[in-house]
Amino acid sequence: MCGAPKQGGTLAGVDLNTQTVIQGSVWHDGAPVPGAYVRLLDSTDEFTAEVVTSPEGEFRFFAAPGQWKVRSLSPVGKGEQVLSADVGLNETTVAIS
Amino acid sequence: MSRNDVLVTADWAEENLGTPGLVFVEVDEDTSAYDGGHLEGAVKLDWKTDLQDPVRRDFVNKEAFEALLSAKGISNDDTVVLYGGNNNWFAAYAYWYFKLYGHENVKLVDGGRKKWELDGRALSKDTPARPATQYKAQDPDLSIRAFRDEVVASIGTKNLIDVRSPDEFSGKILAPAHLPQEQAQKGGHVPTAKNIPWSKAANEDGTFKSDEQLEALYAEQGYDGSLATIAYCRIGERSSHTWFVLRELLGKSDVKNYDGSWVEYGSLVGVPIEK
Repeated sequence: MCGAPKQGGTLAGVDLNTQTVIQGSVWHDGAPVPGAYVRLLDSTDEFTAEVVTSPEGEFRFFAAPGQWKVRSLSPVGKGEQVLSADVGLNETTVAIS
Repeated sequence: MSRNDVLVTADWAEENLGTPGLVFVEVDEDTSAYDGGHLEGAVKLDWKTDLQDPVRRDFVNKEAFEALLSAKGISNDDTVVLYGGNNNWFAAYAYWYFKLYGHENVKLVDGGRKKWELDGRALSKDTPARPATQYKAQDPDLSIRAFRDEVVASIGTKNLIDVRSPDEFSGKILAPAHLPQEQAQKGGHVPTAKNIPWSKAANEDGTFKSDEQLEALYAEQGYDGSLATIAYCRIGERSSHTWFVLRELLGKSDVKNYDGSWVEYGSLVGVPIEK
């Protein structure tokens, strides 16, 4: 199973004592962007995973503590956000300019 | 075999939708992708329910593959044109799978679903009606499929290519980061395996890099052209992507995909692991 779970929604069933969750949404022109491709890059900029945002523009990754970059690619443009994640919930927003 | 025989552009695909003798097939694990809109006339294959044995961890057998393709209306003479999500991971897996069962004419749409969507090309919600066929498969071609004992025996003697992300290779994470990190197997990689992530072979829009770029990539990462090669990942779909690059695009000989991959290897008792 390598297909991404449904994006967005609740974190029910996710153990935030062990999982490092990186989640957020993609925005453009004051509105969330559904169907955007969002990839998680490690500290060396290497690809780690990719998901497609939900109808509400949301994405979610299960990573590990450390430095990460979230990059979004969509028909309306690109955006990226660097973050430092810890065990538990890490939230971020990617703005497409 | 060269790039033009096995890979078609999105433009070509768009111009050839509906051409007799071509069957477009979308392969995803997330079947809601197909249901939400697909290439006009494309049929759906579910990576998990259609292509995996429902009980054991293995492929469906030859008879089940024949029944599946017959029911989907695919004949032996058709050219199967595959595409899918996840940067064509599952479409590449299906490509390898069709080749394993001896289908002659198979192609991938470069960039798959992602490039198609990013280009803003049309999607359809109509489910095509294709009359059933009498598909006949060949016996599995095991020259392109590796099993665990061969992988262990290949340590230090063949190109072992671990195509997962660096953090999976090192054991920092156990699955691609869109999945929860709770897995039974140990973290790490097969000793002497080189980490050449599948993603290095692809552009950001999901298309494959040029043959020149790909040759340079594998050369600089220590791929030895005089040796046989086994590619693996976590469950065998990303390594199908690399198998496609090495064998079908670059024409390398003796390249196998180890579909047992890390989920199997990392659970074996007594085999060597490096972190």
